[in-house]
Amino acid sequence: MSESIIKFDKVVKRFGSLTVIDELDFEVKRGEKVTIIGPSGSGKSTVLRILMTLESISDGVVWIGDEPLWHEQKNGSMVPASEAHLRKMRGQLGMVFQQFNLFPHMTVLRNITEAPVRVGKLSKAEAKDRAEELLQMVGLSDQANKYPHQLSGGQQQRVGIARALAMRPKIMLFDEPTSALDPELVGEVLNVIGQLAEEHDLTMLLVTHEMRFAREVSDRVCFFDRGKIKEEAAPDELFTNPKEERTREFLKAVLEEK
Amino acid sequence: MEWISYLNPLMQGAWVTIELTIYSTILGALFSFAFGIGKLSKNPLISAVSIGYIEIFRGTSLLVQLFWLYFALPLVGQAIGIDLRLPPVIAGVLALSLNIGAYGAEVVRGAIQAVNKDQYEAAKALNFTPRQALFRVALPQAIPEMMPPFGNLAIQNLKDTALVSLISLGDLAFRAEQLRNFTQDSTTIYTLVLFMYFGMALVLTALMKLLERFVGRWRAAAR
Repeated sequence: MSESIIKFDKVVKRFGSLTVIDELDFEVKRGEKVTIIGPSGSGKSTVLRILMTLESISDGVVWIGDEPLWHEQKNGSMVPASEAHLRKMRGQLGMVFQQFNLFPHMTVLRNITEAPVRVGKLSKAEAKDRAEELLQMVGLSDQANKYPHQLSGGQQQRVGIARALAMRPKIMLFDEPTSALDPELVGEVLNVIGQLAEEHDLTMLLVTHEMRFAREVSDRVCFFDRGKIKEEAAPDELFTNPKEERTREFLKAVLEEK
Repeated sequence: MEWISYLNPLMQGAWVTIELTIYSTILGALFSFAFGIGKLSKNPLISAVSIGYIEIFRGTSLLVQLFWLYFALPLVGQAIGIDLRLPPVIAGVLALSLNIGAYGAEVVRGAIQAVNKDQYEAAKALNFTPRQALFRVALPQAIPEMMPPFGNLAIQNLKDTALVSLISLGDLAFRAEQLRNFTQDSTTIYTLVLFMYFGMALVLTALMKLLERFVGRWRAAAR
């Protein structure tokens, strides 16, 4: 339980002259549920996107378990990762997107079975069994043959969660999973994520603006500001007794807005 | 009733026109996908070949392309010692489909590029290969978008077939010209021909609409 599954070692990410991630050191332990909060533009989504290999890094090393994500070790030196290495590493991660990103031309069931069949080489029957199990878990068994557009936003996001889980990742990344939802639909998605956190030993990394939920579900909360972790602590500690002035300002602002 | 006697030869010609349209539209669609996808390839050779093809066939006249394939290519063949004489049907279908394929390739490229980048990210996050992302995720969403411009191109292609009468293929335009030379009844013949092209275009439009509905049936279900 104590070994780290994700480790950022002085990671830098620049977009042109803009530094989004600034020499970030960050660790997540196996099975840990970590929430990242912070103002927009602080680099919190970029952390997830780097892990999902959607965004490359400019400097530093990201470790997943004992292997570098964006590098390969050859003859003792680190070289940029090949596509084959990235594919191998990617299999350990799953991601849930803010805008769901479901495939609109596939039914709910096919959205979930497509990757296990095409990428995971499961038989169609096995993939279907797995999908039905997951649909039951997210409470959408009766929607399997609908298309994404026929579902509410909350239902779509639950399909998004089931789709990512179908690949059996070790690490789940949630990128503002409820930010695109109508307020009355947020609860159903958070319930699913909460249940997942409680019942599985998945490692979870969650970027959110839902402070109360972050407090309930996470083992640790990290406050990001300008590409760095400004403050991190257990949720009760960080929310009731923030040490940094910047954290206090941010929490005051978001809590007032609610 | 003079005009009834024109119908038989004109129908024979119309059938040739229909065959030419079907063959060259199908072959043209293949060229469209091959070179439209080719233009987006990361392989510089494939994309250069695709761009070259598209620009050459869009930038030159169909009539010249047709004459070149039919009259010039055999001479080139002669010079290098290969028999490159093409039967008129082959030369006609090839010229039409290469021409329409160049326009279609741009339609394919545009529709693929219009697929939201979120979709590629989702595909990547699920560890699809780039090829799977293209064929399983992007293309099925792009194809319904291609259908209205493809419909236009198919109609365009139908009308362009009239040019093949110039390399002695017995299509509708060719038969009309024959009849006119024989009877001098230009008004009746060309009016009939006008209606026949229009009728064929209407049928083609209806077929393309059906195809559009078929490839986009998931969108209909979404409403």
